[in-house]
Amino acid sequence: MTEITDLGVAAIRDGVAAGQFSAAEVAEAFNANVAAAQGALNAFIVATPQKALEAAKTVDDARAKGEALGPMAGVPIGMKDLFATDGVQTSAASHMLEGFVPRYESTVSRKLWEAGAGMLGKLNLDQFAMGSSNESSHFGAVVSPWRRPGSNAPLTAGGSSGGSSAAIAARLAPAATGTDTGGSIRQPAAYTGTTGIKPTYGRCSRWGVVAYASSLDQAGAMARDVTDCAIMLESMAGFDPKDATSLDMPVPNWTASLSGDLRGKKVGIPREYRVEGMAPEIEAMWEQGIAWARDAGAEVVEVSLPHTQYALAAYYIIAPAEASSNLARYDGVRYGLRDLPDGAGLQDMYAATRAAGFGAEVKRRILIGTYVLSAGFYDAYYTKAQKVRTLISQDFATAFEEVDVLLTPTAPTAAFALGENQDDPVAMYLNDVFTVPASLAGLPAMSVPAGLDAQGLPLGLQIIGRPLDEQGVLNAGLAIESQAQFGTRPERWW
Amino acid sequence: MTESTYRIQGATGDWEVVIGLEIHAQVTSNSKLFSSSATAFGAEPNTQVSLIDAAMPGMLPVPNGECIRQAVRTGMAIDAQINKWSRFDRKNYFYADLPQGYQISQLYHPLVGEGSLTIEADEKAGIPETKVIGIERIHVEQDAGKLMHDQHPTMSYVDLNRSGVALMEIVSRPDMRSPAEAGAYVSKLRTILRYVGSCDGNMDQGSMRCDVNVSVRKPGDEFGTRTETKNVNSVRFVMQTIEHEANRQVDVIEGGGKIVQETRLFDPNTGTTRSMRSKEDAHDYRYFPDPDLLPLELDDAFLEECRASLPELPDAKRARYEGELGLSTYNAAVLTADVDTFGWFEALLAETATAQGKAPAEVAKQAANWLISELFGALNKLGRSLAESPISPQQAAELLALVGKGTISGSIAKQVLEIMLETGDGAGVIVEREGLKQESDTGAIEAKVDEILAANGDKVEQYRGGKVALFGFFVGQTMKAMQGKANPQVVNEILKSRLG
Repeated sequence: MTEITDLGVAAIRDGVAAGQFSAAEVAEAFNANVAAAQGALNAFIVATPQKALEAAKTVDDARAKGEALGPMAGVPIGMKDLFATDGVQTSAASHMLEGFVPRYESTVSRKLWEAGAGMLGKLNLDQFAMGSSNESSHFGAVVSPWRRPGSNAPLTAGGSSGGSSAAIAARLAPAATGTDTGGSIRQPAAYTGTTGIKPTYGRCSRWGVVAYASSLDQAGAMARDVTDCAIMLESMAGFDPKDATSLDMPVPNWTASLSGDLRGKKVGIPREYRVEGMAPEIEAMWEQGIAWARDAGAEVVEVSLPHTQYALAAYYIIAPAEASSNLARYDGVRYGLRDLPDGAGLQDMYAATRAAGFGAEVKRRILIGTYVLSAGFYDAYYTKAQKVRTLISQDFATAFEEVDVLLTPTAPTAAFALGENQDDPVAMYLNDVFTVPASLAGLPAMSVPAGLDAQGLPLGLQIIGRPLDEQGVLNAGLAIESQAQFGTRPERWW
Repeated sequence: MTESTYRIQGATGDWEVVIGLEIHAQVTSNSKLFSSSATAFGAEPNTQVSLIDAAMPGMLPVPNGECIRQAVRTGMAIDAQINKWSRFDRKNYFYADLPQGYQISQLYHPLVGEGSLTIEADEKAGIPETKVIGIERIHVEQDAGKLMHDQHPTMSYVDLNRSGVALMEIVSRPDMRSPAEAGAYVSKLRTILRYVGSCDGNMDQGSMRCDVNVSVRKPGDEFGTRTETKNVNSVRFVMQTIEHEANRQVDVIEGGGKIVQETRLFDPNTGTTRSMRSKEDAHDYRYFPDPDLLPLELDDAFLEECRASLPELPDAKRARYEGELGLSTYNAAVLTADVDTFGWFEALLAETATAQGKAPAEVAKQAANWLISELFGALNKLGRSLAESPISPQQAAELLALVGKGTISGSIAKQVLEIMLETGDGAGVIVEREGLKQESDTGAIEAKVDEILAANGDKVEQYRGGKVALFGFFVGQTMKAMQGKANPQVVNEILKSRLG
């Protein structure tokens, strides 16, 4: 028999419902994997085995009483430590919020618990979700379960949802929440051979999610395959009157309508994504994806997204601008870290608290954001970036007049080694070059594993869809998934 | 338009004062602008604070429709442009009473655009003619919390009850030229806010606060450099601030100095202002659109509902009181000055008209005169406001009806009112019990008249001899003999016929 921890969301849920195993057995199996891997992978900031067991027992009791079970019943998941969880430390991987225990539950996590899921723990991430490698976490970087052959150099699991991607790839969790501001679900998924979807902006409530860049932040699902992502996203999404940017529309039954048949569909290949210096392996994999789309019945056409080259610059103005303001609340006055030197006044307390509480990358973005919003620079940076954002949205709108989805690589490279890009923030930011445009336009997008590079590291393909067309994205993802047959998993070394 | 003649007499000649006011008015609503916390004044510290008001991680603002509605209604009441598309911006700065590290406000696209209000002529106060004061905009924003410096020897405490409460910032044009005009503007605005019900206007509780912008110039010159004095909280203080600040500026300029653009504070104890921070220390607020909030888009149905819900406003009401009800300018002004007064008057008017079976216009003067000269005076003696009047408009109407129908005279009515205030009994009951009913029975009066004429034969002679002024004497004697209860008209008629 396959080990329980090799099962995904649908298989666990159905197995629990059918009585093949109890939810408690599932929770125990994953709890054991979490504990065993913590020292090597550092995927979790806090493990909550008791929470996982309690949720499992509730499901087992409900089943014993013949009660109806939720769509995630018996599935233990990892919760990115950006979601507020009642009674459990919510740190955003920062020193600032180390030890902060909210007395409220984010809407997304609450919905998942209501759907029957249990919490294995709070997953590591880049501090305040700022980063592409997880190296900005105050609690140390996540180590990918993947390694280059013959090397034990630790690789990144991506970022910012690196704890989520590592946990899923290493079988510490069948699924995990992620958040995506400029690629923070898709890039880690691509680096770890896992699947992740960021829905249309507004699908998932942001209430109770520690804010990075409000106009871009969007929660999403990460799992082993497209079906599991669809199941989980259905449980997470939905209108929330507590979030003014939440979309007031019903959540479709994506799972029921899943189909990898792309006949009659048009897949667009954005010419501007063929960036100079793209690794031949990435290019080859993209070609392979195009062939798979054709095989699934789609018509493939080239499209143009002419403002793509400005997306990254616009993103690294807008996101830091919002962040500089969003993070102003961490001031040492009401909660979290307070550094109050002897005889210090209010200004000294602010300075000391924020100097000690924020890491280098967070400080960098606060400084950039403060600068671009300051008097005399606002129009040149922020206003201009917003104009670029509008043009990028228009590019997509034009393309989607012709095609149903877009197919691109998720990231320009495979996972890099920890420390490799650390001295060069711009090189680090370039990781987001393919994922940022869809974020700026608020579009649904996902990454599915497509193959391995020459070093045996996973590569992902990205599908971008029309606003609200998560179904189209999931279906195209399923088409790629079923042809790619990505069965590879990291060999256990931890 | 006759301009204000208010001048500061300087060593180098006369100076004109230019004033603009930014008024923060707390919106009357049960909950805050972006959270469901209560807004009651005077609650225990930090008992009206939600997760949102405390800016806990991951909390999000959701606009409170009632606050928006009240601001729109206020805009309509000053004839302002209502912007169907507006947006919230963040004003970023650090302070311990500002949990988010930014105030959600509206810089670029305010809810309400250009409007105006009219201040009345007031010769005594030095406002020669009615004057229209331009209002540039009204925007909606969050209030901050309150620091408490007296709770601990070395630390300050913060009360977040007020954090997130909705304010309207009402920004005037620099159209005022004297402390009196500014005072009249604040009073008028407060009256309008109270009519509309969008702000209680209680300046002493901080629900209306004034930032006073003052500059001086030689008449006809360009505007001078202005200073802004923050958070002035009474009409009198606003006027004092202007007076002091204008004189100070003239002194500075005439002493060879320059006015610096700065923020100042008013000290109510000394009636003076002092510098708080200069422009160089001014914050760079880094305004940008709040990404947690979508633009505010108002539809026609909403605007229609706002308009339909507006009450009759002060100017219109006063014109109606003068025109339709025939009240004097003075009485109309007094009765429309605030919501309690016109509410009481209109209730009294309706009850009085019903009680006497007449049209309101026919009894309006009686009701107005009685309210202003009798009830106000009586309440004044008791140290009570109209809202605390022990007698109701209905009870008052009963009293006025007794006068109107000739049952009692006006002077008896004063007595009856005093007894009503003491006992709380109805006028009719009192008149019966005390036997105050006016005597219109000609027989009884004739008998008394005859007695009096007989007893004063000499005076009758003098009268008949041409000393007609003695008529009053006979009336007085008759009334006295009738214990004040005789119908004066009947007394007059009988006396005239008897005296020939």
